[in-house]
Order: sequence, then structure tokens, then C-alpha cells
Amino acid sequence: MSLKKPAKDQPEKFEFSSSSLKEAKTIIAKYPEGKQQSAVMALLYIAQRQNDNWIPLAAMKYIAKFLDMPYIKVYEVATFYSMYHISPVGKYFIQVCTTTPCMIRGANKLVEACKEKISENESELSKDKTCSWMEVECLGACVNAPMMQINDNYYEDLDKEKTLKILESLLKGETPKPGSYRGRINNEPENNRKTLLDLKNA
Amino acid sequence: MLKDQDRIFKNLYNDLGSDINSSQKRGDWVNTKELTNKGRDWIINEIKDSQLRGRGGAGFPTGLKWSFAPKEVGSRPHYLVINADESEPGTCKDRDLLRFEPHKLIEGCLIASFAVQAHACYIYIRGEYFIEGQKLQAAIDEAYDKNLIGKNAAGTGWDLDIYIHYGAGAYICGEETALLESIEGKKGQPRLKPPFPALIGLYGCPTIINNVETIAVVPTILRKGSKWFSSLGREKNTGTKIFCISGNVNNPCNVEEEMNIPLKELIEIHAGGVIGGWDNLQAVIPGGSSMPLIPKEKCETLTMDFDSLMAEKSGLGTAGVVVINKDQDIIKCMARIARFYKHESCGQCTPCREGTGWMWRMLERMSKGEATKDEVDMLGDVTNQIAGHTICAFGEGSSWPVQGLLRHFKKEIKERNKFDPIVKENKNIPYLIDQHLLDKNA
Repeated sequence: MSLKKPAKDQPEKFEFSSSSLKEAKTIIAKYPEGKQQSAVMALLYIAQRQNDNWIPLAAMKYIAKFLDMPYIKVYEVATFYSMYHISPVGKYFIQVCTTTPCMIRGANKLVEACKEKISENESELSKDKTCSWMEVECLGACVNAPMMQINDNYYEDLDKEKTLKILESLLKGETPKPGSYRGRINNEPENNRKTLLDLKNA
Repeated sequence: MLKDQDRIFKNLYNDLGSDINSSQKRGDWVNTKELTNKGRDWIINEIKDSQLRGRGGAGFPTGLKWSFAPKEVGSRPHYLVINADESEPGTCKDRDLLRFEPHKLIEGCLIASFAVQAHACYIYIRGEYFIEGQKLQAAIDEAYDKNLIGKNAAGTGWDLDIYIHYGAGAYICGEETALLESIEGKKGQPRLKPPFPALIGLYGCPTIINNVETIAVVPTILRKGSKWFSSLGREKNTGTKIFCISGNVNNPCNVEEEMNIPLKELIEIHAGGVIGGWDNLQAVIPGGSSMPLIPKEKCETLTMDFDSLMAEKSGLGTAGVVVINKDQDIIKCMARIARFYKHESCGQCTPCREGTGWMWRMLERMSKGEATKDEVDMLGDVTNQIAGHTICAFGEGSSWPVQGLLRHFKKEIKERNKFDPIVKENKNIPYLIDQHLLDKNA
């Protein structure tokens, strides 16, 4: 459970754009008739994408009407799950994993880098208001620790220097290349592979 | 070491590509029709004979689970749900299967759906795995194009639709009934069992829930035979398993190995050894963060399977091996895990909601040496008040790692925390304040 507060400045109105609307309709079609409430998570996510990475209250009301469910149920879902932002987080949202497997491989250095480059405190917008960072719980890339996630992309096998570089290019408006930053291929043991070697060399 | 020809996931490191053509070259989708033609009972019996146990953590026999689905489809349709909400710290196997072996999963979905008579299958992927989800969606689209799923899927005469449902960052949704709640568009709070999902699950209909890895190994078991699968590992702990070795090792990696492999072999051979040498090893968490840690002395001879780890009062869980060497502060490591559970508790049951925060705050103090002597036993007491007093297994999952720490490292905690509560010294420790409310991270 996360303690989240809705932003003070709320837009008056929210409506799906035509592309969001199309996407929303294909998602609702995934679920049996009368069970359209199942689509609420996906729709909140669409709204978040459309609205610069955060969900205003107006969007929750809109989705509640759209799916014919009580507004409070949408609000419950939006506040229960940690990936929904109900206040602005910037165009780039940086999540640094600091759970034990990442922690023992030096995730605190990544946090330091974020503090230096983005903002002193987590969940605080950078000076140019384009990004913010947050310490999060396990992101499920433990063998590539330490790692962080920027929007949808995973950046793996990092250290402080590499993180600083990634953040710098991000602040310049570039999208850094996702994946391992130590040149390793996916999850293989670096320079120590003992299995499936025929396939590797094929 | 397991022979390469016995490995199920040949594309674990993506040497070959995950698209349908290369998957078919690896043997996926080759004779799916022949397999299903042998009938439902044959499939379920083969899986029972293979002694496959669920790979998601609890290790429940898969064949048995499938046999719980009603034999006849009544007025309510059956569902198959795949649990890809992999969030256990130390575990990252499902991510690779979604990325690199999606067709093994999709084919497994078809066979499992046929076996439990489901026409719709939902794959619940954690929201953070968005890219992986897109890759799986691309594979699903490929399969639809080739008519491998959809109407008369792969010529089996069975209709199957597969849908992806994304989570949004809640660990608790890995619990099967919380996952169902989440698919239904509610908060992910676990349901009371019974009724079990096999009878009343998604939308109140019979639902079978399996982990990604469990389903992805099914086609290979049926092709190579249950005898082959049960010849690997040992009785009741058969087959292969993907181990994720992370933490203080030289080459952290994912590797598929035989069940019952010695832990030392896993660390020394595949992961390139502990940083600073084997003697620098402090403890190992053998199965993801919920499982109690195991100190170095026992790691020498430990073998990795469900029952042998159970005998050590730990568990195989998801086989996420976290290696902790002597450079780390073990109390701090466990305090961080306790913070994880505090953050992820769904808040439904009081012992867990309050207890997880309590454990975290006590451990944080203990790591700084600010706790009193009697608090060490109090902490053990708190864990016992949580475990077994909650709706779901999160209570056990959150208290076991702390119990493991107390079991094996009590001496270290006591050495560090010598502060005597009787001395009336103003230490300014806010015992009674709910620190997590003050804490901005909460």
C-alpha cells in the first residue's frame, strides 16, 4: 500500500483522445460481457499515458462513467497500486530498485546519482520539471542488479558513473539505450558461461 | 551439471531468437495436435506421473491441481490464469521466459486450457514488465496468424483465446486470489479460502492458476515423456528449474539446472563463486526473500529442492538465490526485506498490516544498535503473531525471513544491541510513534 495524495492543481475536464478511445475499446473487448470493470487498470494506465504520466481526478471520474462503475472503486484502484501516479511526476519517471538483492550490489550509489542530477528528495520534480525519481521495491531484474527503470525501459548492471551518464542524456532530452550497461547479453553469466555453448557459438 | 539436451529452455539467453520460426525449429508447436488427441486424462496423468510441482513458490503438484477442475463444464465457463506477476525479490526467471520463450508458454496455455476445459486464458503480467508484455503480445499475435490459437487452435479442435492483463506494481497480486481480484478490476486483496479458485475463481467460475514456468515446461514434458522428467532430480522433486543467482557473486545469472543440485555447485560453477571467495560467504537466501536464510556452515552440503530445503526450515520458493557475503551487514539486509514487506502488505488483515511495519522499525533500530536486549525476543514474538494469523500466505512470507535471521544470527543482534531498558537514559527513540507515517518513503 502506498500513501499517495492527489495533486492540488487538478484539470477541470478529462476525455480520452481518439487513439486512447480505440485502445480502451479493444481492452474492454478482452473481458466477458458485463465484466467491463476488469478493464479499469488498463484504462487508468491509458489515461496516465495520455496525461503526461499522471492521473487527474477528472480522469478517474471519466473512467468510472466509461465503465459504469462507482467513482470510489476507481479511486481505490488508482491509490492501491503503486504504478499509478495521482500527482505529476514529470515526463520521465525514474524508479531505482533498492530492495536487498540490488542494495547489496550498490543501489545506494544510484540513489546518490539521482539526488545529484535530478532532485534532492524523491518524488520531487527536477528543476526543469521533466523528471522525478523514486526508490521502489523489487523490479524483478535481480541478476542484473543494480538497476533502474525509466518509464518502460530497464537499465541494468549500473554503477554511479553510468547512472550519471544516463541521467545526463535524459536531461538533454535523449532516450538512453536500455539494457545492460556492462555489455552482457541478457541474463547470461558474463565470461563464465558453461551451458548451451553450442548454441552460443552456432 | 545438467546435459544441454535435457534443458527445456534452450533460448534462455536469446541465442536463437524468440519468434515463431525459430521456436518451431526448437520443437515448439510441432505435434500439439497429437498430444491433445491422446485426451484430457492422459495429459493430466502424464503431468501427475512427472511429479511436476508448481514453480511459483508453493510447490503444489500441478497434475493434482488440474484434476480439481470440474470434469464437466456446467453453466459457468472455466478459466485458465497464468501468474506472471513475478515480484519476489531475488527472482527474475519469468521475465526471461516471457521475453525469450513466449511460444513455450503459449503452447503450454493451449495444452493446459484443453486439459482443464478452458476457452479463455488470462496472463497476468506485472505492470513493470511492459516491454516483456509487448514481446509476449507479439508472440500471441504470431500464434493467432498461424492459427495456433483462436478457433480450432493448432488443429486440436479446441477454441482458445489468450489475453494479457497488466498489473500495476503490487506484490500481493502474485497471491492467486488477489490476482483474481485484480483481474476483476478491484484492489488486489486476497480472498478467504475455501472456496478454492478451482471451483469458484475468476468471475465466480472454476479457475486454474499456474505460474509461467510451470506452464512453459508442460509441452516438453508431454513430448519427452513423464519418465524423462521424473528421471531428473529426485523423488517428488523432479525435473529442471531455472535458478536466479543474484547478490554478491562474481557472475550473477539465470541458469536452468536439475532439481537437487548442490547449492555450492550452483554458486561456484555457474555464478563464478562468491565475491571474496567461498570463505567470505555469510548467508544465502535460497528461494526468494520470503524464505528464511541459511548460514554458511549449512551451505556446504545443501542441495536445492523443495524437500531438502524444507528440512533446513527454509524452502525452495521461486529458486531466487540471493548470496550475501561478509562485506554486508546481515541485519541491514533483513531490515530492507522487512521494509519491502511493510510496503507491500495489502492492509487487509491487522496482524500483517501492523506487524510488518513493526518488524521493519525494530530491525532498523537493531541494525543501528539502538534496540534493547529484550526486544530481540519481542521481535520473535511479533513474527509468531503474524504467521498463521492472516488470510493469505503473506503473513508467513513476511515473518519467515525475520525468523530465519533470529534463528541463525541472534548472537550478532545481541552483541550489537546491548542497550539496557532499565537504565533511564534519554535516548530519544520514538518507540510509540508510527514512524512509517513520518517517513516520506512510506
